[in-house]
Parts: sequence; C-alpha cells; structure tokens
Amino acid sequence: MNLLEVEGFSLSFLQYEAGLRRRRLDVITDLDLDVEAGELVAVVGSSGSGKSLLAHALLGVLPSNAIEGGRITYDGQPLDLARREALRGREIALVPQSVAFLDPVTRVGPQAERAAVLAGVGEPPAAVKAAFRRLDLPEETVRRYPHELSGGMARRVLTATATIGAPRLVVADEPTPGLHPEVVTETLQGLRRTADQGAGVVLITHDLLRALEVADRIAVFYAGTTVEVAPVEVFTGDGTELRHPYTRALWGALPEHGFVPLAGAQPPPTDLPPGCLFAPRCPIAVDDCRAARPALRRVDRWKVRCIRA
Amino acid sequence: MSATSGATSDLRGVLVPRAGILGRLTDRRARTLAQIGLGVVALAVVVVAATLVAPSADATNLLARRQPPSLAHPFGTDWLGRDVLARTLVGLRLSLGIATLAASISAVVALALGAAAGALGRRVDAAVSWLIDLNLSLPHLVLMILIAFAAGRGARGLIIAVALTHWPTLTRVLRGEARRVSASDYVAVSERLGKSGWWVARRHLVRHLVPQFSVGLVLLFPHAILHEAGLSFLGFGLSPDAPAIGNILSEAMRYLPAGDWWLALLPGVALLSVVLAVDMVGGNLRALLDPRSVHE
Amino acid sequence: MLEAGELWFRYRRDSPWVLQGVSLTVEPGEVVGLRGPSGRGKTTLARLLSGYLVPTRGRVLLDGSPLPAGAQPVQLVSQHPELAVDPRWRLAEILAEAGTGRPDPALLETLSIDRAWLDRYPHELSGGELQRVTVARALLSQAPYVVADEVSAMLDPITQAQIWSVLLDHARHGGLGLLAICHDDPLLAAVADRVVDLTGALRPGFVTHT
Repeated sequence: MNLLEVEGFSLSFLQYEAGLRRRRLDVITDLDLDVEAGELVAVVGSSGSGKSLLAHALLGVLPSNAIEGGRITYDGQPLDLARREALRGREIALVPQSVAFLDPVTRVGPQAERAAVLAGVGEPPAAVKAAFRRLDLPEETVRRYPHELSGGMARRVLTATATIGAPRLVVADEPTPGLHPEVVTETLQGLRRTADQGAGVVLITHDLLRALEVADRIAVFYAGTTVEVAPVEVFTGDGTELRHPYTRALWGALPEHGFVPLAGAQPPPTDLPPGCLFAPRCPIAVDDCRAARPALRRVDRWKVRCIRA
Repeated sequence: MSATSGATSDLRGVLVPRAGILGRLTDRRARTLAQIGLGVVALAVVVVAATLVAPSADATNLLARRQPPSLAHPFGTDWLGRDVLARTLVGLRLSLGIATLAASISAVVALALGAAAGALGRRVDAAVSWLIDLNLSLPHLVLMILIAFAAGRGARGLIIAVALTHWPTLTRVLRGEARRVSASDYVAVSERLGKSGWWVARRHLVRHLVPQFSVGLVLLFPHAILHEAGLSFLGFGLSPDAPAIGNILSEAMRYLPAGDWWLALLPGVALLSVVLAVDMVGGNLRALLDPRSVHE
Repeated sequence: MLEAGELWFRYRRDSPWVLQGVSLTVEPGEVVGLRGPSGRGKTTLARLLSGYLVPTRGRVLLDGSPLPAGAQPVQLVSQHPELAVDPRWRLAEILAEAGTGRPDPALLETLSIDRAWLDRYPHELSGGELQRVTVARALLSQAPYVVADEVSAMLDPITQAQIWSVLLDHARHGGLGLLAICHDDPLLAAVADRVVDLTGALRPGFVTHT
C-alpha cells in the first residue's frame, strides 16, 4: 500500500497586479505522485514545474492564500492541513536545501538533540547517536561545530537532524544545489540509506542523472503537472523506453546523450495552453493534443500523460 | 476556484473572488486602500472645518464662559467664552501644518544622510553614524527645547526643533537599505556595464529607497504632532495666544481642579484621533508597499 | 586574447592565499573549460578576469593591456541569476541596460525568452528563465569575452542545453571568447575546446599550461 498518494492535486494563488486587479496563478494543475515505504522516488523537472510547491504542501507550509484541489492521502487517511501540522517534523520531515540551517555557534550534537526534543522523541541523546550512526557518521561528530565538518558530513548531519524523529516520509527539496560531485554522492547515499531503513523518500532535484543512482522510480513534472512516472531501469541507453516526449527530451538534452536543446520554454502559470501543456514544444504533437488536456494513464505503477505514448 | 469533487485535502485560504460590493469589502487590498482613503479624508475634513470655523475660534463671549458641552458648543466653552471645538479644530490645523513641514524636512535630511552613508563609502558612513549616535544620546525633549529656544521659539523654532531631532531613526533604516543596494550583485553588474555612480543612484538606489522614504515620512507625523503639542504645552512652542493644541491643553490644566474636564479631555481626544488617523494612513501605506502584499 | 598572468589573490594581508600564481589564456572564438577542487578558487578567478576583483599579484591583460575602467570587455554570468538583477526592475529594463536601444529579438528568440516576460519582474520568473535573461544580458553587451561561472549548475538539462547552445554558437560563429567554469565533466567535454585544471593551484609556483 502506498505511504503517500497525491492524486490530481492542484494549487492556485491569487495575486494582485496593479491596483485592485487580481490574477490567478495556477501553479499546479494536475499532479500525481505515489510513494511506498522503503522507496525513493525522485521528482525531476525544471524550476517552476511545481516540485518545491508540492514539498511545501506536504509539510503544510504554503502561504495562506493558496487554493488547493485534488487529493493527498497519507497512510490511507486524507492529509489535511491539521494533520500536516501534526505530523510535520515527526512522521513527515523535510531535509532543507542549505547547511545554513545549522546553527554555526552550537555543536551539532546538541542541535540534533533539540530537533529530537521537538519531534517528541524519547531519550534524545540516544536518538541522536542512532541517527548519526544510520548516516554513517563517526560518533565523535556530535561534538563538532558545523564549520569543522566537511561539506559532505555537514549535509549528512543535516539529513540526520531532519530525520531524527525517524520519520516515515522524508522530503528532500533540492538537497544538492550546485554542489561538488563527492558531496552530492554522500548526500544521496544518505537518503538512500534512509529509504532502505523503511522510510519513503521524495527526492526533489533537477539533476536527473545523479538521481538515477539512488531512486527506485522517477516522477517527471512539467508546468505543474505530472507527465510521467517511470521505473529507474528505463532511463538508460538512448532513452527509447521512455514514454513521454518531454522525458525523452530531458534525456536527450544531457551532455552525455547528445546535448540536444529542445526549443521553447515552460509555459508560465498565467498563460497555460488549453490542451496538453507540452504540446507547443512537442515534436510529435497533433491536433488532438492541443484540443484537450490528456489524462494520466496508468499501467502498474508506470504513469504517462500523453495520448501518443 | 474551489476544490474538485472528491476532494479531501484541506481548502485553506479559499477566498473565492466574489463579485460586486461584498467582494470588494472582503478584498484585503481594497480594505487597505479604503483605510488610507478614510484617513486622508478625515484629515482633510479637519483642515477644511478649521478653515470654516476659524473666526469663531477667537470670538469671546463673556456671557457663556466655562460651559460644559452642549448642542450649541459640542466641546463646551472656555474661560473666555470661546467655542472649544472651533479652537481645537484650528489648533489641529496648525499642528498638522507644522508637523507636515517638520516631518518633511526631517525625512529629506534622513534620505540625504541615509543614502550618503550607505552609498558613499565607509568614512561618510562613519561620520553619519556618529551624528546619529550623538543625536540619540541626548534626551529628546531637552534637545528640542534647547533648539526651539535657540532658534527663536514660535512656529519657526518649533519646526526646526522637531525637524532636527526626528531624522535619526529613518536615517538608520534608509542607510541599511542603501548599503544593501550598494553591496548588491546587480549594482556591481551595472558598474561593469559601464554605468556611472550617478546612474546607479538614479536607477537603482532611488527605487529601493522611495518606498521606505514615503512610509517613513508619513510615520514621522505622529511624532512631530505630539512633540509639537508637548513643546507648546511646556511653553517653548507657539506663542500663548495661538490656539495650538499644546497651548489649549496647558491652559486647560488650570481649570481642571475646578471640574472643567471638557477643556482638556476633548481637545486631547481630538489630538489622539488625528494622530491615529495619520498612523492608519502610514501603516497601511507600508503594508501596500511591502512586496509581499501582492498575495491576498 | 584574454590573459591571466601569474595571478595571486587573497582578501586581506592576514588571510590565506586563494590563488597562487595561476595563469591561463582565452583566445577569441575559443571555449576554455575550467575545473577544480573547491568552488571558491574558480569563482575568485572568474571575478578577477571580469574586473570584480583586483589581483594581489599578477595582472589580467586583454590584448596586452590591462582591463579598462567602465564597461568591461569580459562579462561575468554567475550561478545565481536572482542576485544579479535588480528586483525592482522589469526584465525589459534589465536587458536594455546591456546595449543601446531595444534588445535584439533574434537573440531573445534563440534563448527562448518570451516577449511576454519583458513586462514582468524577476520574482515572477523561475530560476531557469531568469538565467536565460542574464545570459542574454551578457551577450547583448557585445563584450568579446564571457566568463560563465557554473551558469547551468542549478538548471534542468533542457534549459542547460539551450543556454550552452547559444553560448557556443556565439563562440564558433561570433568570435566570442568563453571561459566555462563547471564541475560537471561530461558538460565540460561537450562544450570546451580544452580544459584547464586548477587542482593544485594552491601550491606556490603552480602555472597552468596554456
């Protein structure tokens, strides 16, 4: 059974333009995602595709003028705002993007202990030891200050602190922005280990290739909607097994695979095309594509939103 | 757009845009603008009313001395039979005029010093900071009294006194903003695209400082008004025959033990209301200029 | 030719050396890749070459002369576009700053910069869209050299490919000299004519082979 199930999720904001005029931003229109316990699902897509907003939604930290639609289910029960706030930091945790979240003037051990207390964990010192051990950090790390740690260790401490309450669902929002390859490896391995220990992990990233190293499945977002969710095995070779044209374009754009730049840009939330959101740029679009938004088709756990797939 | 059918997720913040008047009233930005409008209108009414009743502010009527509030005299009359409401209105107009001038001068000084401190390098910054510290280390009221006295008292002394003591806080704010802008990457880019310092000041600095400046200017008003009233009350402001609120209140003190409560309370409440009106305008203006206010 | 001659740099007399004796050259039309261990050394070099920093020792020369004051012939595009634009300027103004008059529509088209964006403010655009704008700004300035410091590190693969495609086009057909700083080796291999490695540039006397 799925730990987390997001179905047809939509998110809009009302924004003031000049004076009293308002416009509606449909930042997410039709998002689907599911995660099982022990599974790591990577969410890839360009900036503005809705990845981070989904993370904020799951944590219940959206701005107050957000309008939601669709369904989010956690552990079989609906995940409404009250439940999100209750589970935040305990069963559902966020690994933040930057090590700047660590207090520079406190040793990391006490910081992690404080997180444990906030998460309602019994015996914080023991929990900290366990969490650090889970992430392969040497025991004496607890006595270090953040600046004394290497980049990779600091990120693992961040992950450990965020997951100290032994959360069942971990959301990592762009945990490796522009970092050096070795540090990225350490961070991703830490997340993989977290999944292997039974948590469901959502890894939000734009770095598709690195995500393949640790993910079980890849969810591809485009302009606020899910276009494909595929098993990691099909991301190989020429990418011919990939179903959605956008996923194929992503694959082909990688420097390793031809460096092919697909023309055009993602449509802004104020100006979404009437039919398939990818149609304006799609190499295989036909009239039917432009007429109506395609529905998400499911075969097992593989999902594609394309009538030509 | 409300949730689609089958929705079980939370509908936090569902503010379905309602059409018409009701929609407008619940619209937060409309409320902000309305409050600003209300404040401005209230102040305008005071000024206009003062102009209209000005003659009767000085009209003495020894047959109607020290009368409590009535229909004919909503604020009662004072010891010379003068209508207290009329005097209060004229006094408020006077205060508003002086406060406007003083606050404007103060704000302009703050803008000049703040921008200079933030954008012209460390030495200018140090000099301005020293001036700020100097000003803030002296007791406000004492400083104002001294300046008012030295500047010859009366309206001019009052304006100078208030103007020269109210700029530090706003200067700090503007200095902080100016420093941030000067140290920013985008200013560095402009310089490396060949733009001069003046160009940077005009195209970058001004745009970042104007919002804070406007809000700061409006929010200086309440201080200016209250301090003017205070100085006049202490005898260091406008001459006793001018119906400045401070003077009205100070004279009213003499009659309080006799039970003439309306001589002090009602003008005091009127002063407070004007200050609150200005504050409402300033506060809402700040909310409006906050870039986060684009979200409903 | 853009030349870094034995550059040494540290921030203050008592701070450690960030660069020690680094030299490299970039010819017009050439794409030189730069890789190295830590982010800071490479970025410092980028800023030295584009006039944001002055070398403690050594010189940056353009065709034999030091970098001029004013408009820089070496434009820098950095990793964080949101910091490099004034949040109170509309995009049209940001692009106009680089050149004279209205920005070349053909260039905007190659970078997939929608004309509708020009009316918008930076915060209304995503990171990828904003980076296209900062790259366009550098190219519109008509500077003969551009230093691209991890410009696509935070971008999705398609936007990355688009931006590099335009930069490479300007190098191959427009004579633009490009220094590409990247920690992604496959990307360096795809874009650079030759790669300079700064590993070990903290050892005194280290000179990169041009």
